[in-house]
Amino acid sequence: MKKLTVPHLLGIKYLQIKDLELIFETASQFKEIINRPIKKVPSLRDITIANLFFENSTRTKLSFELAEKRLSADVLNISVGHSSISKGETLTDTVKNVLAMKVDMIVIRHPYPGAAHFLANEVNSCIINAGDGTHEHPSQALLDAYSLIEKIGDLRGKKIAILGDILHSRVALSNIYALKMLGANVKLCAPKSLLPKHVDSLGVTISDDLMYVLNWCDAVNVLRVQNERMDINYFPSSREYNQNFGINKECIEKLRKKIIILHPGPINRGVEISSEVADSDNTIILDQVENGVAIRMAIIFLLGSQINISA
Amino acid sequence: MKPKILLNKKKVNTILKRLCHQLIETHGDFSNSVLVGVQPRGVLLLDQIIYLLEEEDIREIKYGKLDVTFFRDDFRRKKKPLNAKSTEMNVIVEGKKVVFIDDVLYTGRSIRSALTAIDSYGRPESIELLVLVDRRFSRHLPIQPDYLGAQIDALQGDRVRVVWSKNSTECIVYLEKKGK
Repeated sequence: MKKLTVPHLLGIKYLQIKDLELIFETASQFKEIINRPIKKVPSLRDITIANLFFENSTRTKLSFELAEKRLSADVLNISVGHSSISKGETLTDTVKNVLAMKVDMIVIRHPYPGAAHFLANEVNSCIINAGDGTHEHPSQALLDAYSLIEKIGDLRGKKIAILGDILHSRVALSNIYALKMLGANVKLCAPKSLLPKHVDSLGVTISDDLMYVLNWCDAVNVLRVQNERMDINYFPSSREYNQNFGINKECIEKLRKKIIILHPGPINRGVEISSEVADSDNTIILDQVENGVAIRMAIIFLLGSQINISA
Repeated sequence: MKPKILLNKKKVNTILKRLCHQLIETHGDFSNSVLVGVQPRGVLLLDQIIYLLEEEDIREIKYGKLDVTFFRDDFRRKKKPLNAKSTEMNVIVEGKKVVFIDDVLYTGRSIRSALTAIDSYGRPESIELLVLVDRRFSRHLPIQPDYLGAQIDALQGDRVRVVWSKNSTECIVYLEKKGK
């Protein structure tokens, strides 16, 4: 019988390959369940989960909430705009108060890198990182890898490119860790100004030639330019970015093979990807969204099974 | 100490043939029936029963494989983590006569979970239970088999193991005594 090697999901960095395999295996069973006429199972009926979102989110928040509800957990949603955080309460105080209401699990999204990790040390509860600043977004990387495996099989030796704003992307870092762990070759493609300083330590190759990268890869994960995190200008204009790093119909037609295109959303149509490509059959964006619920059900189920019954 | 053989291959074969005849007696040509193997071990028994029914010239049997992990009532209450197996229910059970198939009936909790799980696929006209081995006097719930291979007495903590041959066509039932 298998279980996860970790009590929290803080980042892909802390997981082992057998954890990824167990999550994927369990997610496959949940995927069958969410395609049934009745999509709900009673497993987590005695668990309460709080979703603490200190940053805007549509997909991740809905996906987590749906996953929790499909597992029959009780769900609390707290968004920063409607809570006492705007009155000056600290993160630890907020979470301790939530836990005092007998909550068993916390899903947290926070603008500061390391927030989930900090919380895991501060409070006695199961923590799931739903994105911490520019650090990690483990559930997204898991669903990306799962969607890729579903499409192109075992990732060992496969060539995967990550294109766009790597510097500000937590999806990029988690994806690199997950893809490398699964044996893929990873190449980053971005303007030099949008690459992080420590990029050499990640065991990936880099290129700023979009057509070369697209011809090289089996699949490309296209990231959004995160204007909201940019305090200075990293490139002259959106138009220039689009000309050098945006994927459009012509790029795809020029390729010698068909490649798979992923996008974690939200899409800035016409910037990193054109509408024609985003809506083409090259993309698996909506598969990613569907798999997101199954992956999150698996994460919550597997972590939930470790929570002491008397807690 | 070697585990004791409760049922040898020959005896199991005789039992399975009898169970198939009992099924035919009730379900006729199986046109309105669905056989459902309970994962993981009931599925091996299901495959063998389908094979034997086909030998009796019953064709086009509708069947499914049901995993009950997410419907169990002992989630977080067992030391061992629960691992899910695949569910393959490509049949509609609405209005059908369903027969659950499992190898050993012990506390009855797996079957209770199966009764909840099957709801996701519609409302069957009726549900029956077929088991190869019934560990009597050990039930936690009011669940009894309709088709019964053999009834045995085993102490709590003893293990009844149904071991299938590599090609899953023959099996032997062992009793492993507690602490041995």
